[in-house]
Amino acid sequence: MTSQSMAPLELHADVVIVGGGLAGTWAALAAARQGGVVVLAEKGYCGTSGVTATAGVGHWWVPPDRQARAEALRERQARAFGLGEESWMSRILSQTWELLPTIGGAFRFPTDDDGVTQYRTVRGPEYLRAMRRLVKRAGVRILDQSPVLELLVHVDGSVAGVRGVQRQAGVDYQVNAGAVVLSTGGCGFASRLLGSQNNTGDGYLMAVEAGAELSGMEFSSYYTLSPAWSTMTRSMSYLFGTYFDADGNEIISDGPLRPEILARAMLAGPVYTRLDRAPERIQRQMPRVQPNFMLPFDRKGINPYTDLFEVTLRCEGTIRGTGGLRIVDDDCSTTVPGLFAAGDAATRELVAGATSGGGAQNSAWALSSGTWAGQAAVAYARRAVRGTGTPAVAAGGVGLRPRREARPVDTRAVVAAVQAEMHPYDKNMFRSADRLRASLSELDAAWDEVSGHLRATGVDAIRAREAAALVASARWSYTAALAREESRGMHQREDTPATDDSFTHRILVGGLDRIWISPERGSGSTDLADLADATEGIAS
Amino acid sequence: MIEILLADRCTKCNICVRVCPTNVFDAVAGEVPVIARQEDCQTCFMCEIYCPVDALFVDPDCDGPVEVSPAEIAATDWPGQYRRDSGWGRWRHVHRNESWRMGPIFAEAFEILGIPRPPSFPPDTQKAAPPSVPDTEQVRDAQ
Ligand SMILES: Cc1cc2nc3c(=O)[nH]c(=O)nc-3n(C[C@H](O)[C@H](O)[C@H](O)COP(=O)(O)OP(=O)(O)OC[C@H]3O[C@@H](n4cnc5c(N)ncnc54)[C@H](O)[C@@H]3O)c2cc1C
Ligand code: SF4
Ligand code: SF4
Repeated sequence: MTSQSMAPLELHADVVIVGGGLAGTWAALAAARQGGVVVLAEKGYCGTSGVTATAGVGHWWVPPDRQARAEALRERQARAFGLGEESWMSRILSQTWELLPTIGGAFRFPTDDDGVTQYRTVRGPEYLRAMRRLVKRAGVRILDQSPVLELLVHVDGSVAGVRGVQRQAGVDYQVNAGAVVLSTGGCGFASRLLGSQNNTGDGYLMAVEAGAELSGMEFSSYYTLSPAWSTMTRSMSYLFGTYFDADGNEIISDGPLRPEILARAMLAGPVYTRLDRAPERIQRQMPRVQPNFMLPFDRKGINPYTDLFEVTLRCEGTIRGTGGLRIVDDDCSTTVPGLFAAGDAATRELVAGATSGGGAQNSAWALSSGTWAGQAAVAYARRAVRGTGTPAVAAGGVGLRPRREARPVDTRAVVAAVQAEMHPYDKNMFRSADRLRASLSELDAAWDEVSGHLRATGVDAIRAREAAALVASARWSYTAALAREESRGMHQREDTPATDDSFTHRILVGGLDRIWISPERGSGSTDLADLADATEGIAS
Repeated sequence: MIEILLADRCTKCNICVRVCPTNVFDAVAGEVPVIARQEDCQTCFMCEIYCPVDALFVDPDCDGPVEVSPAEIAATDWPGQYRRDSGWGRWRHVHRNESWRMGPIFAEAFEILGIPRPPSFPPDTQKAAPPSVPDTEQVRDAQ
């Protein structure tokens, strides 16, 4: 299939950015500031969509003081379990310090009680609203409610643009571009984690179809507390909680720091908490600190500081896990010419290793990787050495072009199958070879069904591709988890509980029908691995 | 999930239709929008914060629809709660943005727990300002 007149709406750009969350808006801004013609395509609405918009992020924010920076790097390296890279950490610290204050033209940073401007923590709705304004002012064309379905590639393998559907107008569209930045976020495995419903791993799927590689997909076992019936995974206040089982026996008091203990208890029965150690002053401040935190409680008539309420742990997958597209150069390029990755769509092992980057590195990485990818994408498109003038082919397969006869496939059942393998604590948080193999056989069956038979067009293709991307991401995660025959950071194997130096390297994974796996030669540093014994962090 | 659109408050501006990240609403010519795909709602409350006239109500239960009556909801401050506490629109001069307190709150939580602050948590409020803030345009609060 060639790209000529495939879609009713056809646009031309230097760069197309796929996903308008935190990383995508920084990428669009950077690309436009280089003078590029930029289109940003967002599944939802650029400004409310993505996991930053619905929460708020504390950036990794360290003054450019030699000692402070060295200290920060040492701290994070020790918790990266040998898989992080100091040079990347150092670059995001500088980039974040320089760039974050520049959004002040569209956002009023708050001042503290002493009148000092505070930059580190930015509320989500305001942050993304500001980013949208800046992106628009910079001349970027935003396509809202326009999920990208697949990449277009030239015959030489370089990217040629994207194809998607405008879901409110019900029309297909295509953007022909010299370069593509994927900033589609992580994959939350449909867990009702706050703001994550659009983050189904679409970028991973599109990129792998075009030949890209993933890294660190085994680091997809991070979980966050929320009320059992709510999406509100903002966990700061849970530090004030006391946790009980159904018989009223106290389990622990530092719940968010030791999710594995809560998860064990939850496997046995419901777990309740009461945030009874929150000082009254903080209780009063909370609505102005995290304005959405109290909404669920108020509406249920629960006072979380005095009443017991049931909690659950929601699977974050690669959102506050660290896996994603493999980055092969300082400019955030992938192995596919013209294809760049940013934010949670990219691996964050470089800056966080085997520990979650939530709470600091993730947002600093989204801002920095977005900026570098946006700049490099414009430069690449201008050089236009590859592919130019050759026809483009749509690279998507599963869900669009089945391998066997087309027939109806229940995509809800496919999503449910993924949830059933990826959410349970005794499958994903506490892993073992047998259980990973059992899960993989279920996931392979789901993949076989979807890739073999599902053919969706128009707006229906959105759900089809989401279901396909969820299954694909789950298979990559568990294949990598099976290959890492040790425990490291958030990846905990009951059958191999010790950390094994021979695994102090990143693990690459890719492929569709047949998944391949390979150690990344030269990655990781063993001498740092044994430093790592710090408590795993939680994010805000 | 999204449960209620208070038709008598709604100005038919269709902002909710545009901004819902999961495309739950449909615009209807000359009418108030409809909640067309409730099952797609991700319980994110973003439509509430954006609705200028507090006409939307999202029930916190994320697993399925619940029974609530528009009259009951209209009698509460819930439809405008998120917007108010965020200091958006008419609340902008009333409610300060105190998100920066997260640093000190984390610090206090660890003190109460009696354990050293793990390195993953920010230290006390950052006092230092960046050396140079590039020229910024005027704050234009189009909200
Ligand atoms: C509750 C919570 C709190 C957090 N707190 C912190 C914190 O304090 N500090 C920190 O550093 N990090 C934090 N994080 C992590 C941080 O929010 C993420 O790292 C950051 O949002 C990543 O940005 P992103 O642009 O990659 O992804 P997102 O912001 O999730 O954006 C991805 C975007 O891509 C779009 N998209 C997906 N598929 C497609 C498609 N096919 N076509 C078009 N668009 C598509 C989505 O709609 C979405 O808008 C937190 C995360 C959560 C869930
Ligand atoms: S945003 Fe509010 S006022 Fe506007 S159409 Fe939606 S419900 Fe009505
Ligand atoms: S809560 Fe979020 S997903 Fe649900 S209707 Fe409102 S904006 Fe849309």
